[in-house]
Amino acid sequence: MSKFFKKAYLYLVLLFLYAPILTLIVYSFNANKTRASWGGFSLNWYMELFQDPEILNSLYITIACAVIAAILATILGTLAAIGMHSMDKLPKLIFTSISYLPMLTPEIVTGVSLMILFLAVKLELGFVTMVLSHVAFDIPYVIFAVLPKLKQMNNHAYEAALDLGATPTQALMKVIIPEILPGIFTGLLLSFTLSLDDFVISYFVGGPVQNLSVLIYSMARRGINPKINALSALMFVFIVILLLVVNRRASIVEQKQH
Amino acid sequence: MNRKWYAAPYGVWMVIFTVVPFLLIIYYSLTAGDGGFTLSNFQRFFDPVYIKVLGRSLGIAALCTVFCLLIGYPAALFMTDKKVDRRGMLILLFVIPMWMNFLLRTYAWLTLLESNGIVTKAVNAVITFFGGEEIRLLYNYNAVLMGMIYNFLPFMILPIHSVLTKIDRRVIEAAQDLGANPFTVFIKVILPLSVPGIVSGCVMVFMPAVTTFVISTLLGGGMKLFGDLIQQQMITTGDWNFGSALSMVMLILILISMFFMNKFDNGEGNIM
Repeated sequence: MSKFFKKAYLYLVLLFLYAPILTLIVYSFNANKTRASWGGFSLNWYMELFQDPEILNSLYITIACAVIAAILATILGTLAAIGMHSMDKLPKLIFTSISYLPMLTPEIVTGVSLMILFLAVKLELGFVTMVLSHVAFDIPYVIFAVLPKLKQMNNHAYEAALDLGATPTQALMKVIIPEILPGIFTGLLLSFTLSLDDFVISYFVGGPVQNLSVLIYSMARRGINPKINALSALMFVFIVILLLVVNRRASIVEQKQH
Repeated sequence: MNRKWYAAPYGVWMVIFTVVPFLLIIYYSLTAGDGGFTLSNFQRFFDPVYIKVLGRSLGIAALCTVFCLLIGYPAALFMTDKKVDRRGMLILLFVIPMWMNFLLRTYAWLTLLESNGIVTKAVNAVITFFGGEEIRLLYNYNAVLMGMIYNFLPFMILPIHSVLTKIDRRVIEAAQDLGANPFTVFIKVILPLSVPGIVSGCVMVFMPAVTTFVISTLLGGGMKLFGDLIQQQMITTGDWNFGSALSMVMLILILISMFFMNKFDNGEGNIM
């Protein structure tokens, strides 16, 4: 009885979490535009979705911005972490504290402050400012993903490489980078997903340029649009597949290690 | 070349994109439109109109935190009963919705709560059956509260669950051996040991709940929260000075709650 109750409770909470998502998916196949009635199965909204220049453009902006920002943030952040790792106590503390700041600040405050910055230097709000802002909030996540890997690393390996005649750049590329690669990869993935999903900061710094989140926000305010249902369904399925693949890969890697 | 110079590009970047924007906000919050020093932006904040919005924001965020705790704690607790491999699957089930775009999730509730949505119809069917008047579920305080609970519930469940799984089973068994009934075991052993997770979860729910402006805009039907105020001042009104002062107030609020988290939390409940 008690076991049954616990199970029922968990399913109820999961129902609460999934009901809206499932409803969106079901209605994305509804032939009727209103939700008042079921007009039969239709792929109409999916067809319209892929013919809507506004949505396609936002999708392109979202992906382009996330890819560029993630790559830039990973390069800058990894170099920063390597540098910070060999710093003295005080500069290291200063760098670490300032890097924490964007992670602690509410997104809306970060968004507002970056918007003021861009407008103060007369930089027109658009794609460039959006990418710069995304890099700015991605970098700390890269740094804090890479730093622990550097701490685990054996420092003598780098010195040994130098003693054996490697240039500092060679030692960096051949010794340090391979060693901290898992951290770099985590940072890259984290940056990419954060950018992909960002709304608040993009809303303030994007100006007329809208990524998907901002577009959804403006569309939802104009009223319910079945095309968004189709879009959400596609994004949800995409995410679930991605998660399952990553999970499967992780468990295969784990099995191989044992 | 010393390796620490690899951090130089980021050093410059950090100054431009973290330090300067931060100083700009402070500067704008302390100046009037003409650039002269003033405290009037902060004085203006103490106008009852704005204090009321702040109160509403804090109130709804606190309520949301309490509900998330009441709903989330039992869920986290019941999850620990499962075998380890099934638990991983359950955690994944709680995480997947968080991976979905936060706006889409909130938008999804519009579908359910609008006047001919399924939930509205079901609720009204029950109410009219008992002879009550039909009610509207969308565009009011409760809709915003529910939207917040929906969005932030996983932030409560995950840290609590992570602390609960780390409790030494032997401590619980010892309490049972010493004659404690399940209720006493929970009150005297499990609950006190899970406090770090509770604190962590509460902060992780409370902070985004205080700062949000999306949920209230989409589900609130004109209801204003503190985040809406900032958004309105910066975008619609264009009063950067007052907007910056409001941002400073929000920042201070967040720092205070972070301070409380550090005071109670020894890091165990951290899921990041």
